[in-house]
Amino acid sequence: MSVLLIRNGHLVDPAAGVDGPRDILLKDGRVAEIAPAGKLRATNGTEALDATGLTVAPGLIDIHVHLREPGQGYKETIATGTAAAAAGGFTAVAAMPNTSPVNDTAEVTRWMQSPERGAHVRVYPIAAATRGSKGESLNDFAALKSAGAVAVTDDGRPILKDSVMRETLATAARVGLSVIQHAEDTRMTQGASMNAGPIAFKLGLRGMPPEAESSLVERDIRLVTELRDARSHLHVAHTSTAGAMAAVRQARRNGLRVTCEVAPHHFLLTEEHVGFYNTNAKMNPPLRSAADRDAMIEGILDGIVDAIATDHAPHATHEKEVEFENAPNGITGLETALGLCLRWLHKEWKLPLGRVLSLLSAQPAALLGLKGRGTLAVGSFADVVVFDPKLEWIYRAKETHSKAHNTPFDGWTMQGKVRWTISEGRIAYASA
Amino acid sequence: MTAAAAPVRRQIHPPPVAASPFPYNNGSLLSVQDLSLDAVSHLLSRASVLQNLDPVVRDRILLKRRVALLFYESSTRTRTSFELAAKGLGADTTLVSNLSSSIEKGETLKDTGLTLRALGAEAIILRHNSSGAPWLLEETTRLPVLNAGDGMHEHPTQALLDLRTILAHLRPDIEAVSGDTLAGVTVTITGDILHSRVARSNMLLLPRLGARVVLCGPAQFLPELAIGAGPGISIERDFDAALQQSQVVMMLRIQAERLAGQQIDLEQYKASYQLTGQRLASHAPTALVMHPGPIIRGLELTAGVADGAQSVILEQVRHGVAIRMAVVERALTDTSTKAGRA
Repeated sequence: MSVLLIRNGHLVDPAAGVDGPRDILLKDGRVAEIAPAGKLRATNGTEALDATGLTVAPGLIDIHVHLREPGQGYKETIATGTAAAAAGGFTAVAAMPNTSPVNDTAEVTRWMQSPERGAHVRVYPIAAATRGSKGESLNDFAALKSAGAVAVTDDGRPILKDSVMRETLATAARVGLSVIQHAEDTRMTQGASMNAGPIAFKLGLRGMPPEAESSLVERDIRLVTELRDARSHLHVAHTSTAGAMAAVRQARRNGLRVTCEVAPHHFLLTEEHVGFYNTNAKMNPPLRSAADRDAMIEGILDGIVDAIATDHAPHATHEKEVEFENAPNGITGLETALGLCLRWLHKEWKLPLGRVLSLLSAQPAALLGLKGRGTLAVGSFADVVVFDPKLEWIYRAKETHSKAHNTPFDGWTMQGKVRWTISEGRIAYASA
Repeated sequence: MTAAAAPVRRQIHPPPVAASPFPYNNGSLLSVQDLSLDAVSHLLSRASVLQNLDPVVRDRILLKRRVALLFYESSTRTRTSFELAAKGLGADTTLVSNLSSSIEKGETLKDTGLTLRALGAEAIILRHNSSGAPWLLEETTRLPVLNAGDGMHEHPTQALLDLRTILAHLRPDIEAVSGDTLAGVTVTITGDILHSRVARSNMLLLPRLGARVVLCGPAQFLPELAIGAGPGISIERDFDAALQQSQVVMMLRIQAERLAGQQIDLEQYKASYQLTGQRLASHAPTALVMHPGPIIRGLELTAGVADGAQSVILEQVRHGVAIRMAVVERALTDTSTKAGRA
């Protein structure tokens, strides 16, 4: 029987409506008791963490990560990816299916959750919507769900065919799974490696027009509208364009179950950050224009955005040290998300701390129906992040817990340093 | 249906864009934008000095220095003139091409660059089919890297030799260039702008000397957003109207190797954009006719125009050797004072 006491911290639990000094007792992987600060005493054998001056919050949840296993362990493993997650304050991550092989079976879904993977925090597999993520024939959603999958997607690729997407939305709704779409009309992005516009022209790179994203989001929303009675849940992954954000905004007004996530790089960076072919500024969707970036910030501040998700996409160093157009897409994100959100969303743009934390925990948990996560109400999973909310620090990519170093945020100032990350009652990360 | 973007209500102060660390080596020439006008003037004057120098004296300037030519694309003019330029200054040159080297076995640009450096190369002249490759090579080797054409991006020595050609005809008495040297001069660049590194380098260099650059071509080869590449650039889709304004007309080849599946109606293209003797006589009877080569006679221009009195196409090639001598010399000599960055 494991017991852990967190004393004298300032608990911020938006889902439970708590914002004040509390002691928290964790027992057997669950939250056992919440009391005013100073009330709970450590009994013999109870490990106590002194959180004086620190913020205590529900562990962060990233619903969009690439852990690269099975098949691409040279980029990242479930063990190293979740070690980075724990260091970043995350206690649960949802892993995308574009592995090798693609996670389109119950077998792979179970394999990813096996204790032998050595995960430091909870891993929720997201399964492929179609066989091999080829966008043609649907997988067995019921079997995937019972194996532990929390959503379906062909992430990295879109489901382009109207008929297949319609069937995916309808079938997933019947089974009770969300459909996550990587919105990119690939017919408009052939050979492209950054956002279309004057900068791509000047750099001599083929561009991905913003319409490639927004038009597919609009198509998907039309399908959800047509399937209204099915109550399908469409979740737009890594939203990056003003057009897509506006479409989601309108769908919400129309009462549809359409949600979206935004990655830190899309609310912080623009195509100008590509500089002279910096492959750590290459991802899909690409860094967009300043107007698009501003629309992401607006969407977050206005509450249209349901989750901050990192799209953590580790790659080996040698894979990024190549010509820009030959470099793979993606950057790491798990260790920088909290520090960037607090530095920019909270400090700079004045989003209240509770709302920042909600976007990183309660809302993503609700979005994917992760029961007992995203709150520290008594009886919930003992998933906790304890951090110093004011401390500024410099992120150093070479000190990462991930296998990969591909980040544009190396050397950036972060705000909010994680002191402890507790996953189901175990200390998964403690800063030195 | 496209939903309108929500208006931005708040004043947003985003993170700044970091200053570029390039070039790492002051001897590099990656982009025409790396050169201040003083540096351009210096290169032009060194080109003239070196061209007129006794070859026996010139031979000692870079005697036995090692220059590598690394070519991932075929080339006649650029490769030969860089090689002649380096050899003319006494340097030893070696040519590595993607078709007869370990590149064929999968060696990366980084490893090829590091290998050349280990072999004693003091500067690398790079031609590559990927935009931005010279930046990668410079970052990894920290050697002076001379961009001899990268993908659809830039070809800075071509812009410099084009400038020298233009000056020789329109401003023969100029000693140093400044922001108004080419005031009143309109240069029309016609053809496949989208895929052209020559167009990009010229449109970024010539307006800095006061020239107007008019881009001309069909939308397929010339997107409207090209105007945003820099100041002094405009678009005129009507070739005849563009010619009427021009003292210089640069014709470009259709880059079939970069079309990426695009189809083009050649007969229609020729009807609108081919430079013919009749077109030239009617609309620009005194303009200089330029072309970076290779020319495709009968496509972007007629044989008569290519060989005609207004054509300076072969002069451009000659200027190329002089300019490249100056650029190679700059790469291998201390440049801290004389070649300031823009």
